[in-house]
Amino acid sequence: MTSAMSTISSSHPASADASTLETEVLIIGGGVTGTGVMRDLALRGIHCVLIDKVDLCAGASGGNHGLLHSGARYVSTDLDAAIECRKESELLKHLAPQCIEATGGLFVGVDGDDPAFAERFPELCRRAAIGCEELTVAEARRLEPHLSDRLVKAYRVADASVDPFHLALANVDHARLINGSIYRSHTELVHFEVIDGEIRSAHCRDRRTHAKLVIRARQVVNAGGAWAMDIAHLAGCTDVDLVYAKGTLLVNHDRMTRHVVNRLRPPGDGDILVPGGTVSLLGTTSTRIEHLDHVGPTVDEIDLIIREGSAMIPALAGARYTRAFSRVRPLLQGAGHAGDRAASRGFALMDHRSQGLTNFCTITGGKLTTFRLMAEKAADLVAGRLGNRQAGTTASVALPIGDAGRWTEPGAAPRQWYALGNPADMILCECEMVPQSAVDQIVAVPPGEAPQQMSIEAISLRSRVGKGPCQGSFCGIRVSSYLYDRGYYRDAAGLAYMRDFFDERFKGQRLVVWGQQAAQMELAEALHCGLFGLDALQAD
Amino acid sequence: MIEQPRSFAAELAVIGSGMAGFAASVFAVNRKIATALTGNSGAMAYTTGYLDLLGRVDGSLAAVADPWQALEHLRQAQPGHPLSRITTADIRSAFDEITTFLAEGGIAYSRAGACNITALTPAGTLKQTLCVPATMAAGPKALAAKAACVIVDFEGLKGFSGREVVANLGARWPGLVTQRLAFPDMPRGEVYPEVMARALEVPATRRKLAAALKGVAGQAHVIGLPAILGMHRPDQVHADLQRLTGLEIFEIPTMPPSVPGVRLRELLEQALPRKGVTLIPQHKVTRLGFDGDGATLELHDSFGPIRLRVQTVILATGRFLSGGLEAHPDRIREHLLDLPVTQPAGRADWYRERYTDGRGHPIHRAGIEIDAESRPLGQDGRPCSERLFAAGVIVAHQDWIRSRSGAGIAIATAYGAVAAAERYLRESSGRLAARP
Repeated sequence: MTSAMSTISSSHPASADASTLETEVLIIGGGVTGTGVMRDLALRGIHCVLIDKVDLCAGASGGNHGLLHSGARYVSTDLDAAIECRKESELLKHLAPQCIEATGGLFVGVDGDDPAFAERFPELCRRAAIGCEELTVAEARRLEPHLSDRLVKAYRVADASVDPFHLALANVDHARLINGSIYRSHTELVHFEVIDGEIRSAHCRDRRTHAKLVIRARQVVNAGGAWAMDIAHLAGCTDVDLVYAKGTLLVNHDRMTRHVVNRLRPPGDGDILVPGGTVSLLGTTSTRIEHLDHVGPTVDEIDLIIREGSAMIPALAGARYTRAFSRVRPLLQGAGHAGDRAASRGFALMDHRSQGLTNFCTITGGKLTTFRLMAEKAADLVAGRLGNRQAGTTASVALPIGDAGRWTEPGAAPRQWYALGNPADMILCECEMVPQSAVDQIVAVPPGEAPQQMSIEAISLRSRVGKGPCQGSFCGIRVSSYLYDRGYYRDAAGLAYMRDFFDERFKGQRLVVWGQQAAQMELAEALHCGLFGLDALQAD
Repeated sequence: MIEQPRSFAAELAVIGSGMAGFAASVFAVNRKIATALTGNSGAMAYTTGYLDLLGRVDGSLAAVADPWQALEHLRQAQPGHPLSRITTADIRSAFDEITTFLAEGGIAYSRAGACNITALTPAGTLKQTLCVPATMAAGPKALAAKAACVIVDFEGLKGFSGREVVANLGARWPGLVTQRLAFPDMPRGEVYPEVMARALEVPATRRKLAAALKGVAGQAHVIGLPAILGMHRPDQVHADLQRLTGLEIFEIPTMPPSVPGVRLRELLEQALPRKGVTLIPQHKVTRLGFDGDGATLELHDSFGPIRLRVQTVILATGRFLSGGLEAHPDRIREHLLDLPVTQPAGRADWYRERYTDGRGHPIHRAGIEIDAESRPLGQDGRPCSERLFAAGVIVAHQDWIRSRSGAGIAIATAYGAVAAAERYLRESSGRLAARP
């Protein structure tokens, strides 16, 4: 197909020290939307290069509940968004079942919640054609024994949980297989070269090697999520107007429910618990912030989420939490004055013609559940501008079940390990049962990526390594030791990867180190710093 | 049914069977104090076998070569540090007493020297420590001499890779290479250090391993192995392997729980009762109360309640891992007596942003306060009992992880606490004898 489109030359006249990559479409931002645009365009025969300044799902795509909304969440605040969610979640359940667990969802009211809202809820769902079945309190508590005994109302809806990492990895992998489209991690946009209303090239920098890279593309898609406004500014566009809402989530060490459990009230803090694999995610909060730097949870947010969550599920008050993290939701400006919860969760596609550019567009806002639709709209615009008349097919072509996202699925690694029954294939991550063969496969086939050495963090993103109760403190050592052993790491860089991985995992642990986690953390630090000396690597 | 508690009496109860509790028991039996030792000894298995005194000065990335000199600086800079409260002479005596005791029990150690030893880790990094077991001593020596050396690892032993050690040490140790062996008579698949260690107590296994080691030694006269050289008689296993191979052999600690840690625990659990210590292992004290005549400890084991009546108590319950301190969402508490804990203002201040920050985290400096006689202070700033002493890393104003001083703080403070308890016992028996 068009894989010949991408050529790398190291002696481009414009910048002698940079290599050059040519493609039809450059996509900036490796979240679910950016990867969705990549796959959609590839299905239309269009070659893409996708870059992310960190790695896949490093922003809001990787920092949410992993909730595939039935739409019921939005029936009281945004009917259009609710309908979109309903349609998209039904599509994805058919097209990407490997990324989705059809848990079903409950909306539960407890003593003290507004009874009028509870009464109105079925009618609100009906308007969006969202299925909603009333359960008796006894039925609901039979389904979910952890629910509060102060439960007064319960409805069942078609919520599900979805693995955004699996989605993103599978999107990238599919695009690579179709036409050799390329994904590059740790590639940061530095500036655009704009001539005569056209972006001619994007000047980038590899954040790990500091190597320069020039990407020449006919079209550029800004799928930067919360960073979309900054990226648009680099192109001289001032029409992307976002506000930032920080959301904080907690990871509970146990899977406490089978269903997604939502609080039966207008969207608020700490009102959704989503089971995902062996753990549960509880959140969120919503706080307006001005800057994207140093976004992290606070003690007050964490305590608030636990307090609110335990109104639905009292056991959450004394549960063990392994992580707390925050990500930024990009919200579209000017959507009303009723606060960010009521602000539109809809998305916007901007063609930037008013800004004097003809080959640049921005897709932002929206939410995980509607990523496919967002990607399709952006791809329609880009394909049209390239004169490609093929219609998008992501609403009918199933996402292939390949190797790319295989190891992100909880339980997949142990199942395969048992099935193969090879005693020499040792388990490296004992919490999540990730064997050597999984690591082999991950480092051998970086989906769509130009070959480069994978850090422990990159392996963790593509597997369950570090996701269990030990948060990587043991498996990080074993995985790096294994990679040294097979000659993949050959120098001190492996130890630096190990240190960086622990530093990164720690960001999410910092404020939830109480109870058993304090013991775990002390042991980990004694090992990592006291024995290995990872706190003093540069001195040795 | 009301169970009749079994009762024990002693002059001193040591609560906590980590390094501090064990050290306190050793010092106490050497001073002929009737001692009972209680508490979970799990944390011992997490030690490497290295006995660190002071490997780094807090906040500095530079390794400490002369710990005795660094201690003098510590006294000036951090007078409240637990190591600043014990004289250098006492710390030296304390280390000698411990290494002597361990050697008598079957694990020979290098004596505390004038300088730190630069020792190897399984990551191929180096760390400063004061005393190493005899089974590990040839490693630092070979490193210093840059002697030709083969690091041998084993099929199926994960977390220990000779290639990793060589990849990280090779630049400064050009004669270092690695070889892989199959451990004799083990089925294919994963192998475990404890199992290998116990297997090497059998002479036939040693002969097979020795033959294999000779086969891969090449021109080298030194061989490094993961720490698997026997569980109960490591010195004998080590000597025998050296004799059989004609090579110098050393161990490198593995990831915890590691064989050297288990060895120490098993040695102490056997040696201390032989010396008359009442050992009530693996059970946590549920209540500790003081009265005019002594202290009472209550425990439960699988046979029912236990009551321990003593004159003095050393609290050596450790930090979070061992349960001496508990982190609650709102504050850090001392588990047994709810002693006041000096701590950061709130949870947001427990940790710095970066995990591997060389300055360490404020939470590590949290702990209980003690007076000059090692007595924990209560809410009013006065000793909470004349009979209660504290030892080990539960004491505030230290960061044993960053300063590589875990064993040093345990041994030194245990020495101080036992000396104080001994003074108390002597004075009170003097008072008793003086009674009309």
